[in-house]
Amino acid sequence: MADGGQESLAAFRDEIADWIDRNAPADVRGRDFDESDICWGGRNFVFKSEGQKLWMDRCSARGLTAPRWDTAYGGAGFTRAQEKVWLEELARLRVKKPLESFGLWMLGPALLAFGTEEQKRHYLPQITRGEIRWCQGYSEPGAGSDLASVQTFGADKGDHWLVNGQKIWTSYADKADWIFALVRTDREAAKHKGISFLLVDMTTPGISTRPIRLISGKSPFCETFFDDVVIPKDQIVGEVNRGWDVAKHLLTHEREMIGGGGSGAIGARSIGSVLADGDITDPHTVARAQKLEIDSLAFGLTMERYRDLAKQGGVGHASAMLKYYGTELNKDRYELLMTAGGSDALAWDGKYGALAPEWLRTKANSIEGGTSEVMLDILSKRVLELPGE
Amino acid sequence: MTALIPTEDEVMLRDAARAFCEAAGVANLRAVRDAGKPYDADLWAEMVAMGWAGVLVGEDEGGSDMGFAAANVLAEEMGRSLIASPFLSSAVIAATALRRAGRSAAAIADGTATYALALDETRKFAPEATAMEARALGNGFVLTGSKAFVAEGTSASRLLVLARAEAGLTLFDIDAESAGLSRDRLALVDSRDHAALRFEGVEATGDDVVGEVGGGLVALGPALRAGQATISAELLGLSVGAFAMTTGYLKERKQFGRVIGSFQALQHRAAHLFSEIEVTASAIAHAGRMLDADPDNADLAVSLAKARASETAGLAVREGVQMHGGIGMTDEYDIGFYMKRARVGAEWLGDYGYHAGRVAALKGQAAA
Repeated sequence: MADGGQESLAAFRDEIADWIDRNAPADVRGRDFDESDICWGGRNFVFKSEGQKLWMDRCSARGLTAPRWDTAYGGAGFTRAQEKVWLEELARLRVKKPLESFGLWMLGPALLAFGTEEQKRHYLPQITRGEIRWCQGYSEPGAGSDLASVQTFGADKGDHWLVNGQKIWTSYADKADWIFALVRTDREAAKHKGISFLLVDMTTPGISTRPIRLISGKSPFCETFFDDVVIPKDQIVGEVNRGWDVAKHLLTHEREMIGGGGSGAIGARSIGSVLADGDITDPHTVARAQKLEIDSLAFGLTMERYRDLAKQGGVGHASAMLKYYGTELNKDRYELLMTAGGSDALAWDGKYGALAPEWLRTKANSIEGGTSEVMLDILSKRVLELPGE
Repeated sequence: MTALIPTEDEVMLRDAARAFCEAAGVANLRAVRDAGKPYDADLWAEMVAMGWAGVLVGEDEGGSDMGFAAANVLAEEMGRSLIASPFLSSAVIAATALRRAGRSAAAIADGTATYALALDETRKFAPEATAMEARALGNGFVLTGSKAFVAEGTSASRLLVLARAEAGLTLFDIDAESAGLSRDRLALVDSRDHAALRFEGVEATGDDVVGEVGGGLVALGPALRAGQATISAELLGLSVGAFAMTTGYLKERKQFGRVIGSFQALQHRAAHLFSEIEVTASAIAHAGRMLDADPDNADLAVSLAKARASETAGLAVREGVQMHGGIGMTDEYDIGFYMKRARVGAEWLGDYGYHAGRVAALKGQAAA
């Protein structure tokens, strides 16, 4: 669809709102949603309701699980403005997004930028239809903030790599069907220049996962072990030993997403929902709420302004600012929510639902995808051009 | 709404304004201060000639009519170089009030008049609490009372005065040389022109009323929003200017055998300040766009801008002085001028607390 200005956008809004209203089953609309309402898709996914599955299928048939991707790859070919309208109408009608996944957020964008035409046509529709659930194999015990030090090694065996090593903080590895992983394929080269970006079926012999129990009581992350895993040579994105380019591209993407709260990793619980009871009147808490409101509004405008800048030719390393600021802001928001919720907020599952585990979850926002300190380093060196030691 | 990034026209305007303001530099404010002048009249005459005084005046009155986002562009560049001028009081606030009320602003655009806004009566911004009396006399009024903090108060040729008539708050447009009016210069930290005014039976006619008798806040509202947005833009520019000066210093100053900008403790604080400035810049851009597109619904955008700009400017100058170390405390270095102007700008037309309360009220959040 072409973006023909405000008038046709208004018509588009009416059309899409009507379609949502006619097609969204009762199970996915008209209430507040929490983490348990997220549709992740995949071979082993247990749908929360029939309506959840129906909604995913109806949307994917129209390309609406990946609105901006080309129709040839299972998308709807929307412009950015149209996608915004789609999301606004979902929010207005209180309808849950049909599908969320690492395939949509991470691998898809990587394939669109670096994949072959064959790879795009093969992998992308599996993602948009919610058939294959992907996970991300980046960090290792010895490679966290210093990600380019990954040691998981793929030995060149002619038609395949033989991979051994360990990944950590692999989100939902125990539930995923495939993993995209950074694997060292050249130990002699400089650390950034010997890494390849490989795609692996999690059912391949030699792969095992072990969930990690977190402070939130949940186990969204796993350790993932590779023990003589055979990976065919065509399961690579980009060129051999050039995987860091793909990873860097994705990290930038991930940072904008985590910063913007778009990944589902960050809840978008509003401050008003907890302050609304009216019994929080002490000046300190009220002042914190006012400051948070101001900073959140200004940050929302900054996301918008950076999208406009990106359209004009990119924001480069300044996107580290979005990740830094957005995650710190979200942590502040949850600290305030806990304060406002008082003893009602302390239960694992109480008056405010899963607020306490969500609060604990937010502590990872400024660690995952590059810590706040790494973001500040990037800004200092790449944007402000302050000297190294 | 237009995107939050500058249009081509705005980029051209910015580049021209930057070149002009940088050529004058902080040295201009320093010279104004040392000479005891309100501002550099020659510099202002050049701004008038470039159409800046008429930025919000209709073309039929000789204005350039570029709009609020453009006024923000100009104010931001003036803020970067701390240029002193009647731009905000006259070309933004007064021009907006007069135009909205259907009065002529031609004298503002051509520079033959400059205006000041006589509003604050106590130490804090509180228009609704205005107490100055406007007593009816025949077809006119007699103004009695005082105004405590009037920017451009000694140099303005005309005054917009808010006073309380029997029908309610009323805005007057009077000659600054009116009989019964005395103006005392206030020596404030920013070395700019400020005054305290005393009205002792100053006569105003019915024609001097801007808008309706009793409709003073209605007449003044759009002008206040414009002024608040534009001082926010000035504070953003000031933040950017102070930050550039500070990062420049971090790259050249050596201690312990190293450039101090190589210390991570300072790098991270600089990067944090960069982030705050970027976030504030978005609020300023948004306020400008809202004032141009939908001025009657711009209250939230404007208060958001003023709150953010006041806070960010404060951080920028505190970090600026601290990172300069001892020389940051000297009059010889310019960074102190930024700190002093930031404090005045943060106070004028409502401080952080005032605008945070406005944002909370407009968002329907429990206000204190």
